[in-house]
Amino acid sequence: MTTTTAPSVAGVRKMTYAEALVLGLRRALEADDRVRLMGQYFVGLTEHRKLVADLRDDFPDRVWYPPIAEIGYVGTGIGAAISGLRPIVDIATASFIFQAFSQVVNEAANVRYMTGGQTSVPAIFHVNHGIRGGGAAQHSHSPQAMMWNTPGLRIMLPSTPRDVYGLLRTALESDDPVFWADHVKLFDITGPVVEEGWEAIPFGVADVKRSGTDVTIVATSYMVQRSLAAAESLAGEGISVEVVDPRTLVPFDLDAILASVHRTGRLVVVDECHRSCGVAAEISALVAEHAFDALKGPIRRVATLDVPIPFARTLEAFVEPSEAKICAAVRAAVA
Amino acid sequence: VLPRIATSELIDQFRTMVRIRRFEESLIRLAEEHDVGHFHVYVGQETTGVPALALLEDGDVAYTTHRNHGHLIARGVDPARMLAEILGRSTGTNRGKGGTLHLASNEHGFPTTSSSVGGPLPIAVGSGYAFKELGLDRVSVCVFGDGALEEGAWHEAINIAAVWSLPVIFLCENNSLEALGQRANEYPSSTLAAQRLTDLVRPFKVPAVAIDGADAAAVHREMRRAIRRARTDGGPSFIETWTVRWPGSRPIWPQLVTGETDLAFAWDASAIPAEHAEWFGRQDGLLIHLRDLLAAGRLTRDGALAIDREAREEMAQAVRFALDSPHPAPEEALEDVFA
Repeated sequence: MTTTTAPSVAGVRKMTYAEALVLGLRRALEADDRVRLMGQYFVGLTEHRKLVADLRDDFPDRVWYPPIAEIGYVGTGIGAAISGLRPIVDIATASFIFQAFSQVVNEAANVRYMTGGQTSVPAIFHVNHGIRGGGAAQHSHSPQAMMWNTPGLRIMLPSTPRDVYGLLRTALESDDPVFWADHVKLFDITGPVVEEGWEAIPFGVADVKRSGTDVTIVATSYMVQRSLAAAESLAGEGISVEVVDPRTLVPFDLDAILASVHRTGRLVVVDECHRSCGVAAEISALVAEHAFDALKGPIRRVATLDVPIPFARTLEAFVEPSEAKICAAVRAAVA
Repeated sequence: VLPRIATSELIDQFRTMVRIRRFEESLIRLAEEHDVGHFHVYVGQETTGVPALALLEDGDVAYTTHRNHGHLIARGVDPARMLAEILGRSTGTNRGKGGTLHLASNEHGFPTTSSSVGGPLPIAVGSGYAFKELGLDRVSVCVFGDGALEEGAWHEAINIAAVWSLPVIFLCENNSLEALGQRANEYPSSTLAAQRLTDLVRPFKVPAVAIDGADAAAVHREMRRAIRRARTDGGPSFIETWTVRWPGSRPIWPQLVTGETDLAFAWDASAIPAEHAEWFGRQDGLLIHLRDLLAAGRLTRDGALAIDREAREEMAQAVRFALDSPHPAPEEALEDVFA
């Protein structure tokens, strides 16, 4: 499954998202002695997990496999960050962050504020989020909206190999806690990565993943990939779609999104959180507040239906934000 | 029984205990006229926190709880800035962002103070992990009440500290003795199936002792042993100190039900009000410790009273400083969220 092509000119190599992710972790370990990895499921239980095992072989003293104790090892990561390390804490399946919610939300996110700026928590909390196929209700969460509702956390949601590699560098340099969510369906996506130099992609800078003139889609994480596929098929129908990926929710590049909406006049927001109070809801509200006059019609949301994630694939497909639903929303927007 | 340390250190520690007592008494009076939110005081536990934390060195960290005032004073934080914080003033230790429940002073080894019961346990473990990984000869102390042992965080934290053999000291101030519980409209005492708190430690093979928190010598001895173990790569330790809950800390809101402590109670039992004979005569650790100091000839009555006068004056000035301090500008609410 892992297709590695030979390095080409200028250090650009096509690689899977999982490879780029683990390469970023390797660069982090190489670049900064303070970095420790806690956890072994950065790329879940996929075939790519061998890459993480290789990291542990290469850095045996700095890659730690903690007990099954999310409160314990997330808190350990917080204390380690306070006392001088740069821990990257893997919570594995995003649903498990609820075990550690008090540590992430009530401790890490609050430390700087409630100490009046005295103390930093430069920890990274990593999760694999989203509907993975058969994960059912307890292994399919996308908790990023809950984290966005928690002041004090920076949030990164990469959608390409290049982005995960570059955003990780910025996360590592942050003195604030970072919530980092990868979608489990991204791991096999391939794309070009500039290996050399490990160039940082700054937080708060949206990326126009596809230019278009009729409709703006704002999408995050794996929904960027799905929206790009939808845009391609809609192009065949003569609809020109622009796909904008904010890449980070905190900080949020509202200006880039407003600029796109001013160009197209139509907005569809695609996100895998549940619809109510989800990421799509907040982005819709921001655009409605700041660019209402630029809109030619109502903002449309494509999000997960407000039910727990079901197991059966027919049910799962019905509730998730599918390519067909994205296409339908765009067609409705231009109708 | 006194810690086996120099007289000057003993007197310094006694001074700190008296300052804590006067701080808390001043605060209770202050809270009668000013809204400081729900708060907790350290009266009656001075003989635990002071000798225990006096053994820490610069760079060692301590994580405390909602009942943190005594711990901060023990490590040298300015009571005036603490009272300012408790009143929500911009001169406060946390610039008015924390209040009584979150008093923190990073430069004194209190990086953050959480009032989420059990919450700081794994964070303290994390500091110990960092110290070990960075090759630093430092210790991380977590001070908490018996109630924290009801939390799952406790189990997860001590497991990691034990498995990874980290320089962490779990100092459990068990102040549920004499707490009558919810029926009396008071705080409940701890609700644990375990008969002894140390039973919760033994399966992890972590050394655990239970001692009298009013016995400064025992606190000093066990804490010194735990610190030595931590600094020599011997892993974590658990110390439970039994403390009788001060009657003024039994109600949900602290009240000066016993009146101010008169140090002369230590040598003049006839001055003790009959209704508080049990507390001042037999239970108050500060007076027990003072009696020991006097009996051993390490301090005179006049010496004790002189220390007390200074402490009272210091706290009166601290109250004035806090009351005279400005409130934070409203827009400061937007600062300190991110670096």
